[in-house]
Amino acid sequence: MRSKLFKLFAASLLLIPLAFSGPASAGDRTHFKLAWSIYAGWMPWGYAVDHGIIKKWADKYGISIEVTQVNDYIQSINQYTSGDYDACLMTNMDALTIPAAAGVDSTALIVGDFSNGNDGVVLKGKGKKFADIKGQKVNIVELSVSQYLLDRGLQMHHMTEKDLKLVNTSDADMVAAYQAPSTTAVVTWKPQLSTILASPDATEVFNSSQIPGEIIDMAVIKTDVMKKYPKFAKALVGAWYETMALMTKKDATATAALTSMGKASGTDLKGYESQLATTYMFYKPAAAVKFTESPKLLKTMDYVRQFSFDHGLLGEGARSVDAVGIEFPGGKILGDKNNVKLRFDATYMKMAAEGKL
Amino acid sequence: MRRLINQNPGKGSALLIGALPFILLLVIYLVSSAIRLEANPSDKLLPSLQSMVETMHYYAFQADRRTGEFLLWADTLASLERLGLGVGLSALLGLFVGIAVGTIPYIRSGAGPLLSAFSLIPPLAILPVLFIIFGLGETAKVVLIVFGIAPFIARDIALRVTELPREQIIKAQTLGASSWLLVLRVILPQMWPRLIDSVRLSLGAAWLFLIAAEAIAATNGLGYRIFLVRRYLAMDVIIPYVLWITFLAYLMDYLLRLLSQKAFRWYHAGGNN
Repeated sequence: MRSKLFKLFAASLLLIPLAFSGPASAGDRTHFKLAWSIYAGWMPWGYAVDHGIIKKWADKYGISIEVTQVNDYIQSINQYTSGDYDACLMTNMDALTIPAAAGVDSTALIVGDFSNGNDGVVLKGKGKKFADIKGQKVNIVELSVSQYLLDRGLQMHHMTEKDLKLVNTSDADMVAAYQAPSTTAVVTWKPQLSTILASPDATEVFNSSQIPGEIIDMAVIKTDVMKKYPKFAKALVGAWYETMALMTKKDATATAALTSMGKASGTDLKGYESQLATTYMFYKPAAAVKFTESPKLLKTMDYVRQFSFDHGLLGEGARSVDAVGIEFPGGKILGDKNNVKLRFDATYMKMAAEGKL
Repeated sequence: MRRLINQNPGKGSALLIGALPFILLLVIYLVSSAIRLEANPSDKLLPSLQSMVETMHYYAFQADRRTGEFLLWADTLASLERLGLGVGLSALLGLFVGIAVGTIPYIRSGAGPLLSAFSLIPPLAILPVLFIIFGLGETAKVVLIVFGIAPFIARDIALRVTELPREQIIKAQTLGASSWLLVLRVILPQMWPRLIDSVRLSLGAAWLFLIAAEAIAATNGLGYRIFLVRRYLAMDVIIPYVLWITFLAYLMDYLLRLLSQKAFRWYHAGGNN
């Protein structure tokens, strides 16, 4: 009796960890999961889901795609990194520092857009210049692309983070934080940035249009999933560029689509258009391919990995900036060749450009 | 009778039975962690004990690359300062207001309803307002703690005052005590250990408000660190920090209990712990 109980106990103990372990990879899969969160450049995904474009492409390849909208951006990446999502939308820096640094081999499947003014540094007071930031307390989401933007600004103005004091502030509280009398400087992104810039005493002294192409928004997919199930990758890319084509038609359907994307992101057509104005969208796959294959991307990622290493984002265990390898089209690699965890791959976007999907 | 409810474990086996759930949790953790790490050696969700120890070693004994601070101690000091200030102020405020409300009927009628209403406002809900009034600095964090626990302590003390035997109050009056003397010599001495109880009970909430305040805007602190590295799923920092916070909270509770037992032995004579 006693030994039976013990066996049962031991067996259940062994079963528990299964609940924590990763996705089961056995068998041939036809069901895939994508996570996304609200952001100007990603609203087309929501539209593509609601209007059956995703389903259409999934059906074409005989698979099903489950798309989940996650309220919290970072949570969506964490879910992708530690859970069973096959793809997720994120920036280039977050792709390097969250999944790739955690050993999840990821590929940038679609380079959707880059921030071209969506992220900005704001000082309180009229007629301020970037140099005035010296010695101030800066409210910012630390370790996010905001800090990367700020660091690049400081670099260009021959300052470092030592010249100011960062106050980690959650993005949801940024607008309230700006209203506090003691606040003098904030770094944030849209839509909060728009709200802050609407106050009469706000001066934007630096924004991402001054470092074009460095804060990139992408659809990231687990590399092994992409290799084993190219159908899934093709369906995503196909659906994306169909939606892009629809947005740029300049007719009533395009307006209707933009209006519905604006509503879904909590604003209206006008508000959404103003957000798109500071988002450089790659509407055409050929443009995205060119961007992904250009040598400038290598330089950008070098900045990004230097920043990430300096701030401990490659993990406390990372002893050098080369700890995580990044691969680019044409086989060029930055960092450790034996530990490539982030890949830029234009293959599928090229297929879209050539109409082969 | 050998019924289950009549069987008591001995001292040694009680210790063992108490430790068992902890050991079980540890084993489950280690097995799950090993499974995940085997699939992906860089997995961050369930780090190995070794990587947690290494990270904490860095946090405790090596100056940080960027700030030159010993992060664990700097964070602990900053948080304990805020917590100490917040809880201390709340205790004082709670004691004064509680005794006043509990003792003087006019004050009770005047301030009682306000106090009840105040204690029902969820402090986190009005955080943005607190920011604008008190700024984003240390004041706002301490105020959030005070806002969160002082009304509870005050109400608790007021109730304890009204629970005092009526006879004591009457007796003191027949001996000629004024209201002031009554408060000073009869009520206050009896409230000290009750204040300690009340503070012990509100410590959990105080930590909650501290962490919440640090999560929203801060430059250091235990809660700040957790919310900072949360972005990078750095469980090798988060898990040890949570254990450290739990230990600190336990230690505070223990010290307060000890203080109460040493300083107010009469209060514990009846088996109150």
